[in-house]
Amino acid sequence: MDFTDHLASEEVVLDYIRAQQNKDQLRFLTCGSVDDGKSTLIGRLLYDTKLIFEDQLAALERDSRRHGTVGEDIDLALLVDGLEAEREQGITIDVAYRFFATDKRKFIVADTPGHEQYTRNMATGASTADLAVLLVDARHGLMTQTRRHAFIASLLGIRHIVLAVNKIDLVDFSQERFDEIERDFAALGGNFRFETVVAVPMSARYGDNVTSRSGRMPWYQGPTLLEHLETVDVGEKETAAEFRFPVQWVNRPNLDFRGYSGTLASGLVTVGSNVTVAASGKSSTVTRIVNGFSDVDSAKAGEAVTLVLRDEIDISRGDVLSRSDERPAVADSLSAHVIWMADAALLPGRSYLLKIGTRTVTATLTALAHKINVNTFEEAPAETLALNEIALAEFSLSAPIALDPYRANRTTGSFILIDRMSNATVGAGMVVKAERRASNIHWQALDVDKEARAESLRQKPAVLWFTGLSGSGKSTIASIVEKKLHLEGRHTYVLDGDNIRHGLNKDLGFSDADRVENIRRVAEVSRLFVDAGLIVLVSFISPFRTERQMARELLGEGEFVEIFVDTPIDECRKRDPKGLYAKADAGQIANFTGIDSPYEAPETPELQVATVGRDPEAAAEDVLNHLRRAGIIAANGYVFGGEGI
Amino acid sequence: MSDRLSNLRRLEAESIHIIREVAAEFRNPVMLYSIGKDSSVMLHLAMKAFYPSKPPFPLMHVDTGWKFREMISFRDETVKRLGLDLIIHSNPEGLAQGINPFDHGSSVHTHVMKTEALKQALTKYGFDAAFGGARRDEEKSRAKERVFSFRTASHTWDPKNQRPELWNLYNARVAKGESIRAFPLSNWTELDIWQYILAENIPMVPLYYAAPRPVVERDGMLIMVDDDRMKIRPGETVEEKMVRFRTLGCYPLTGAIESDAATLPAILREMLIARTSERSGRLIDHDDAASMEKKKREGYF
Repeated sequence: MDFTDHLASEEVVLDYIRAQQNKDQLRFLTCGSVDDGKSTLIGRLLYDTKLIFEDQLAALERDSRRHGTVGEDIDLALLVDGLEAEREQGITIDVAYRFFATDKRKFIVADTPGHEQYTRNMATGASTADLAVLLVDARHGLMTQTRRHAFIASLLGIRHIVLAVNKIDLVDFSQERFDEIERDFAALGGNFRFETVVAVPMSARYGDNVTSRSGRMPWYQGPTLLEHLETVDVGEKETAAEFRFPVQWVNRPNLDFRGYSGTLASGLVTVGSNVTVAASGKSSTVTRIVNGFSDVDSAKAGEAVTLVLRDEIDISRGDVLSRSDERPAVADSLSAHVIWMADAALLPGRSYLLKIGTRTVTATLTALAHKINVNTFEEAPAETLALNEIALAEFSLSAPIALDPYRANRTTGSFILIDRMSNATVGAGMVVKAERRASNIHWQALDVDKEARAESLRQKPAVLWFTGLSGSGKSTIASIVEKKLHLEGRHTYVLDGDNIRHGLNKDLGFSDADRVENIRRVAEVSRLFVDAGLIVLVSFISPFRTERQMARELLGEGEFVEIFVDTPIDECRKRDPKGLYAKADAGQIANFTGIDSPYEAPETPELQVATVGRDPEAAAEDVLNHLRRAGIIAANGYVFGGEGI
Repeated sequence: MSDRLSNLRRLEAESIHIIREVAAEFRNPVMLYSIGKDSSVMLHLAMKAFYPSKPPFPLMHVDTGWKFREMISFRDETVKRLGLDLIIHSNPEGLAQGINPFDHGSSVHTHVMKTEALKQALTKYGFDAAFGGARRDEEKSRAKERVFSFRTASHTWDPKNQRPELWNLYNARVAKGESIRAFPLSNWTELDIWQYILAENIPMVPLYYAAPRPVVERDGMLIMVDDDRMKIRPGETVEEKMVRFRTLGCYPLTGAIESDAATLPAILREMLIARTSERSGRLIDHDDAASMEKKKREGYF
């Protein structure tokens, strides 16, 4: 039928438009590399649904003749490959959104080109998608990247998959090949939680089974890609789920109206519903629901409304409303799958801003349980997380927040991490579960953090922990090292055992318990000084491994440098700078390390410095060389009044 | 399926969420109001987002001094009807130099009176967020634009430094002087816009509807003679024609299309027919006069 005649009168147009207004929307993601024909497939969908205007078509024909790779035919890939050219110009291509519509649905396609940033880009596109189209080249079958695409789609909570077996024309429209690929996909493993997986044999280039049924594959009885996209029931999981309403804005035009504006993350709310503020546990009843300019009886997932409650209870932006008997977890610690999106690695102990729903809190990475290899699904231990890596991580938060597992709720279970200095979005997280913390006393989160202070001092803070027997030369070496650091313009501080015992620790004796407490205090003070951005030189006998380990654990990765000043007791006794060995040997001092109190030498110190027969200057130089190797001070560091090294 | 929001309702809710998020997170936001159809939809959504309150931010119109007179009167009626605050900014240096599209050409005029004027105004009022009505379907390069598009303190866009945007979680953190352009209509298409205008009965500048208007054919475009600042060149004649505008801007730079579509359904019909012709899938002969005519009607110049 000629559509033009069909639209003869305005009444017909109005009827048509009104019918169109009820069509729904499907957001999907296409995954595949350049060679899989992804651009051609998107181009084919845009072309066949006629979203291309004539001038674009004319340009396309000209471009095809000039740049096309398919001979005399129109190269549909050129419709969307403008992005490739932009990449050559150095513009970051991550996610492009494209639009087309049929009479049944409007489609929003997230197109994520690029190999280097693939995980980040695909996760971004997948975060808002209902469905993913995974492209597979029929000639090559499942590739490593197919596993990766399936894994990321599953991780991001996509429940519907189309396995687009493309270039089927190049395997002679073989049903055997198609069945084999479909079987291989089913056998992938990985515990994916897909509700539907539909495989479609197609040729994006020639249009077979994309928007129209192919006459060349009579063995295929399933839907074309477009038929499936038009009809797949992506369900209403969100509306069927428990009611969650993150409050966005308190609407208070005058004393007579007080409403809470927000978008229903999930579930349903009706006038008369009992609702509870997750964090405070305070409850009330919904008396009005305002949607746009009208009052309505109910609202469902995805709608942006304003709720009015019977009682005046304390509610502000960031609160989450739920039903009284279906409340989200409220926790100040959580575990989550994290996708890292920044060049600078995610580090334990470092704090970030975490935005979940309408709430932003400070989050500190407390542990990385394991990394997950996106190609093999294998788990491996991790110290840090680099760009495009995925891990299971634990965070502690500056305040309790309402949250759900991502698997149960894509809105109240998702968060982004923001770098506190650059304000960049550096990570995305999917909550696995709320965690309980041993203590509810947590650090006051401050806007100026360790990194900021260190940056203003232009140095990397660290603790140089000198351990060794009395008289081994710890303080002498530490003092020389401090002078040299000072000359290089570093900001330092020395904590010396004897000096600290005159003040902070003057209440402590030399029993084992007091020795432990002595070290605990010094370790905590060191930690504060490191937090202030300083390079701290600790010169303490610190005879026990456990306490040195405790000090190490108080500090961040790479911040604790244990230096074993290795001087045998006979040499120390010979030096005896303070006459202490003489006194101890005479029985005048009890609990003297090395005589009647043990010294546990470090097993794997960062540095071991020998002093016998050596100049303390040389020992200090050993320490500085180590600091350069470890990157704590620059290898060719700037030197004030001297030569660079 | 019945539980699922329709396309228009989903777009509407998403836009309202974005508008509220900007209002809640920024210190001093502003909505750029260009008087056109997209701005009208965006303003309508803002009115809904905060009802029964008024939007907690002002509107701002960057006036080049060359807008259609009907646009200016529509603008003033609209802010009066809705009871909103409107900031009007024109580039004072541009005005002093008498920058105009006839003598200085469109690119100089646009740069000085629009781009520079906008930057001046954002700096002058210290806005840290500005809503714009741009859509991703407008052109290829906009397809990857963020909903929250980050701008440096000098208002420039660094395409290498855009923040990843996941779910509906928008990163609103900016340092002093930096700002965000927020695009609540990112996921709308032109057809969505018109359908929504019809569904919500949103008032539009009459210039979108066909009417007899005085026009001159110049450089292949039909230019409306909107006031006496437009000098008629030798050989040009002012003709009264049934025309309408698909987009609105400075009148000397905006081509009219010949059309009889004087109502919203008629405009939609015109759009649908334009698309229907594409449905036939015929390859177009470029020398075909009918094709050129159609292109003219679609305003592709």
